[in-house]
Amino acid sequence: MTLTDTNAPKRTKMASLLRLARKNKLSAFGLLMFTLIVLASVFAPFISPHSPLDQNIVERLQDRSAEFILGTDTFGRDTFTRILYGLRVSLLIGLTSTFIAMVLGCSLGIIAGYRGGWIDSLIMRVMDMLLAFPTLITGLFIVAVLGANVVNIVLAITVTILPKFARVARAPTISLKEREFVEAARALGYSDIRIMAVHIAPNILGEVVVLASLWAAYAIRVEAYLSFIGLGVAPPTPTLGTMIRDGFNHILDAPFVSIYPGFAVLFVVLSLNLVGDGLRDAIDPKLRD
Amino acid sequence: MIVFVMIRVAPGDPALAILGDNASQEALDAFRDRMGLNDSMLVQFGRFLSDLAQGSLGTSMVSGKPVVTSVMEVLPYTLELALGAIFFGIIIGLPLGIISALWRNGWFDYFLRVVSLLGLSFPAFLTAILLILWLSIEWRIFPVISSPTGGPIDRIYNLILPAFSLGVIMVAYIMRTARSAMLDVLGEDYIRTARAKGAPVRRLILHHALRNALIPIVTVVGLYFGLLIGNAVLTEIIFNRPGLGKLIVLSLNQRDYTTLQGLMVISAFLIVIVNLLTDICYALVDPRVKLK
Repeated sequence: MTLTDTNAPKRTKMASLLRLARKNKLSAFGLLMFTLIVLASVFAPFISPHSPLDQNIVERLQDRSAEFILGTDTFGRDTFTRILYGLRVSLLIGLTSTFIAMVLGCSLGIIAGYRGGWIDSLIMRVMDMLLAFPTLITGLFIVAVLGANVVNIVLAITVTILPKFARVARAPTISLKEREFVEAARALGYSDIRIMAVHIAPNILGEVVVLASLWAAYAIRVEAYLSFIGLGVAPPTPTLGTMIRDGFNHILDAPFVSIYPGFAVLFVVLSLNLVGDGLRDAIDPKLRD
Repeated sequence: MIVFVMIRVAPGDPALAILGDNASQEALDAFRDRMGLNDSMLVQFGRFLSDLAQGSLGTSMVSGKPVVTSVMEVLPYTLELALGAIFFGIIIGLPLGIISALWRNGWFDYFLRVVSLLGLSFPAFLTAILLILWLSIEWRIFPVISSPTGGPIDRIYNLILPAFSLGVIMVAYIMRTARSAMLDVLGEDYIRTARAKGAPVRRLILHHALRNALIPIVTVVGLYFGLLIGNAVLTEIIFNRPGLGKLIVLSLNQRDYTTLQGLMVISAFLIVIVNLLTDICYALVDPRVKLK
């Protein structure tokens, strides 16, 4: 009997997850789509026989064919292969920057909410200042000023979405710190850092994860926007934004060159939005309908 | 201040970028002197602040024109585009959101939810490219290049395609917000009372429910204005329209620090104004909100 009791919470958690997946088919579909995209980009060399960089001028601007599934670009490079490699850049930058923004933003938000006073004011005023600038334009300036490389692009996207995490983490912290279990932890003499990390952080994780999946979708889009404007990872590394911009020059004679990478961006963003939307419904019953 | 520091720590010498690699040392020195680049950071920052207080954002390092002038020249085009997008967002998104809420969990609601998710996942350039392909190249209804010139009718006609393309994301956001706001309101007691008293459905929705659902909708429009300005940059580039977008790209290429700095200050200023307008709208929509 004791054994079943200790196992009970774990099982219900799994069961509720499964029930969720069955109930929310769209989310499950989004997760499947995202997993497939990640796998395809990771195993790109095994999926496509072409190289993303080999030029072949004779075969330039070809439409779909058995050899080039999604046609070729201005230099005769295989579009499908370049999309797979471009997705690597998008996913790497999008997910890394969201993760850093999540960890940093939540830490700042929890510290602000927990400590209150001037620390709270200082942190939140800086966050407000960052929020005052349009996100894409801020990202654009950071990259333009510091130079376009992976680190700076990650930095730019992190800075633009950091305040959103700080805000979401701060509000529940303020009410959580008054709860009995936090008071108990304080009475036991635990340090502030331990209370914040062990007692408060897990309680706001749900909301934060939902937010993270939605902002990851945004981050991936911003990366594509930046490289579209010409502030992306430098060529010859294929990025989706650069491919779209290059293809746009051939919009009249070969529109497919820019459209396929455009749809690649759409599918990644859509899959993450589907997941985030479903998670939000699951975690916040108020929003479920 | 953030803007100032960020732009000054940038690598690359503006004098060299503007005058070219072949410029003589004397020319470089003269340029740096004229632009005050030889002064200390603190002096430069002081000058930036005092200019700002006087409503000036300095003069462009490249064209020599006051930054405020060059931004104000193109700002109307971007605003026109953003307002057009909000217009499409409201006239398409609001009715769809209401219908979605009324037929909650029906097949049409489900369909609209998928469509709205798709709409807000669409990257700005993809929408623009697809619209150009179908409506401008295939059917030749709208011009490929949207030039905001000519008479008012031409100007609006040219605006339709870029504004709609930018508005797709607004349609999605407004639709979702309208749906959840309507659902909230429709569950309230007073709606049941009104229904019990036999209020006609149309009056019930437009008069009783929609009025109260408007606040979240106004919030969303204000909140996503910044996003709209950012996306407008891309839309302007694709449709080859003048506006903040083109100015930003031009200044980026020329390393025109003062213009960049001014652009950023002005875009932040715009957001602040929009937040203020949003607050004023609250008071118009909801009599309980009093302006102090």
